Amino acid sequence: MDAILIQILNGLDKGGAYALIALGLTLTFGTLGVVNFAHGALFMMGAFCAVLFNKILTISKKVKDESITFFDAYKETPYLEIWWGDTGTAIIDYSVPLSIFFAIPVMLLVGVIMERGLIKHFYKREHADQILVTFGLAIVIQEIIRHFFGANPIPTPAPEIVSGSAAVGAFFGLNENLVYPWWRLIYLAFSLSIIAAVFAFLKFTTFGMVVRAGMADRETVELLGINVQKRFTVVFGIATVVAGLAGVMYAPILPPDYHMGMDFLVLSFVVVVVGGMGSLGGAVLAGFMLGLLQSFASMNEVKAILPGIDQIIIYLVAVVILLVRPRGLMGREGVFED
Amino acid sequence: MIKKILSSNPLIMLIFSAVVLSAPIWLTPLGANYPDLLQKFAIFGIFAIGYNILFGLTGYLSFGHATFLGIGSYTAVWSFKLLTMNILPAIILAMIVSGVFALVIGYLSLRRSGIYFSILTLAFAQMAYSLAYSVFTPITNGETGLQLSQQDPRVLDAMAGIAVTDGIPSTNLFGTLIKSMDGYFGFYVAAVMLIIAFYISLKIFRSPFGMKLRAIKSNQTRMKYTGFNTRPYLLTAFVISGMYAGLAGGLLASIDPLAGAERMQWTASGEVVLMTILGGVGTLIGPMLGATIIKYFENIFSALNDSELHNIFDFLPAGMQEFMVTVVSPFVGEGWHLTLGLVFMIVVIFLPGGIMQGLNNLFGFIKRLFGLGGSSSSAADTVSKGEAS
Repeated sequence: MDAILIQILNGLDKGGAYALIALGLTLTFGTLGVVNFAHGALFMMGAFCAVLFNKILTISKKVKDESITFFDAYKETPYLEIWWGDTGTAIIDYSVPLSIFFAIPVMLLVGVIMERGLIKHFYKREHADQILVTFGLAIVIQEIIRHFFGANPIPTPAPEIVSGSAAVGAFFGLNENLVYPWWRLIYLAFSLSIIAAVFAFLKFTTFGMVVRAGMADRETVELLGINVQKRFTVVFGIATVVAGLAGVMYAPILPPDYHMGMDFLVLSFVVVVVGGMGSLGGAVLAGFMLGLLQSFASMNEVKAILPGIDQIIIYLVAVVILLVRPRGLMGREGVFED
Repeated sequence: MIKKILSSNPLIMLIFSAVVLSAPIWLTPLGANYPDLLQKFAIFGIFAIGYNILFGLTGYLSFGHATFLGIGSYTAVWSFKLLTMNILPAIILAMIVSGVFALVIGYLSLRRSGIYFSILTLAFAQMAYSLAYSVFTPITNGETGLQLSQQDPRVLDAMAGIAVTDGIPSTNLFGTLIKSMDGYFGFYVAAVMLIIAFYISLKIFRSPFGMKLRAIKSNQTRMKYTGFNTRPYLLTAFVISGMYAGLAGGLLASIDPLAGAERMQWTASGEVVLMTILGGVGTLIGPMLGATIIKYFENIFSALNDSELHNIFDFLPAGMQEFMVTVVSPFVGEGWHLTLGLVFMIVVIFLPGGIMQGLNNLFGFIKRLFGLGGSSSSAADTVSKGEAS
């Protein structure tokens, strides 16, 4: 029972990341009709926003170390600590959650530039061309990041206060010793709230209503004199921000390196396809479902029966779903079926 | 009349063979006359030509072709271990086994088209890659990669009375070692394979079968409405291109009897897509050209470092030199992939037909410049121009 609870939490946690990335991908499909292979790179850029923000906060100056009296010793002290003392230290400690506010404008800018500068010219081209050009873009982004941050993963710790583990066992009335890292629980809550925010935005605002109408029947909405294109560009920006935020918060879980985007990209494409192209609800559902499946497949009891299943379960599910239910779980008719 | 002769099969094959076989001579001034590199040109040329039969003719974008390359390599190494060090059985087996895998994967994947097809091939490729690392370790030897050892049975060699005396035996072709002639023999073996592969591809391009594949690309729905079952043709194209990849994998293993799972990674599949696009999708010679160019610049660019850049820009004044080195250095050495990505994006954006389209445009421009008239640009023209350049 304990193991099952842990696997459920693991699965939901992973599923949260999958769902966030897949949500952004689906938004791009559904609105612009573009297959974005650079979406994984955007996730990676988000994670590096956290790294960069941390670097900016800890810009340091050499200060004489007073605790050593035998000789002149110097240590690096961030300016923030010099200026604001303990408040500065606290800000540095909270750099990952704070970098959310840094990542939102950065990613929005990246998204809008990307859409206006590149994607715009690929609406009318074949899907193969869209895949190829964004694939090229992903390589470029990845290599630029590697040039500036190096090839090694950069550890980005979560705030001190949540670096420990939560006693989930006691909470659910199970084994007292059952614990789970706080940050992963926060990530789960964070991903759920972002998903809820995106859905609420699309459901309850006029802007969202127009976007949904445009997704369903673009031509009619345009005939009503609404500039659908402009709104879709904003939606692309939102998709970029969602991917970026997923990356920011994932940084403490997985130290960011330059190719983490590619690893997630393939998975999130599978998630999107399983959920059904162009279906937002499907993407979220499939994200959590595949996360859960993957973590249950990695239990030792399951692996004993089917060796290696944890490695391939997601792809296996994708193949089966695509062959049996080509539109995925909740896909609409006529999306990407040319 | 002249055009007809220029585009006839024997002439094209003659020129192609001459260009390929004389590669060690005309690549010397370009600094690419190393057997290792020449072998890579030929092998990846085969891989790209095969990929082009699927992607170029039918338009089905597969993101999992490296799987067949990897399977070919594994099969070839197993053939070296169990049967004989002769590469011919290894290559034939590699083609057969990867063909069988292509048949199964293709049969399932081709039930969908467009992006769904791409994702399906990607999913199969990722499965093969993960399994090669985990469950199939007895067959693939996991992360270490499959290697030869002295204790391998080598049944056929033993029957023929070839005993292994010391060390690990080398691969050979009926007794001639692949590494003989400083490795050029290996290149010529690969080059002959390349010429055969190119001939088959030429035949396919100019056959009714190739025409049907192109028709599927331009409008599959119409093909179906005329009562034409497209699936078997697509599957045939998929299996053929899978076998080409198997051949390339077998040759890779023949030259260096090692097989590792990283050859099957999806970025490796991406590389063959890059080659094909860069050269020109759907053209005869384009993919070969793309493979050569990528491998050539990979070799040159990835070897450059800052001190060599200083040598290159030596002729500039000191300040300029520093500036140029600073500007160029992110794009070479480790950053070579950045250059590749940028070039690839530029090609897809501005020149969807790849280098072949660029050459075509250039020749058209020159023709108009000199008022020679006749701005025809048939596929056959493209071929001969590609070889002439």
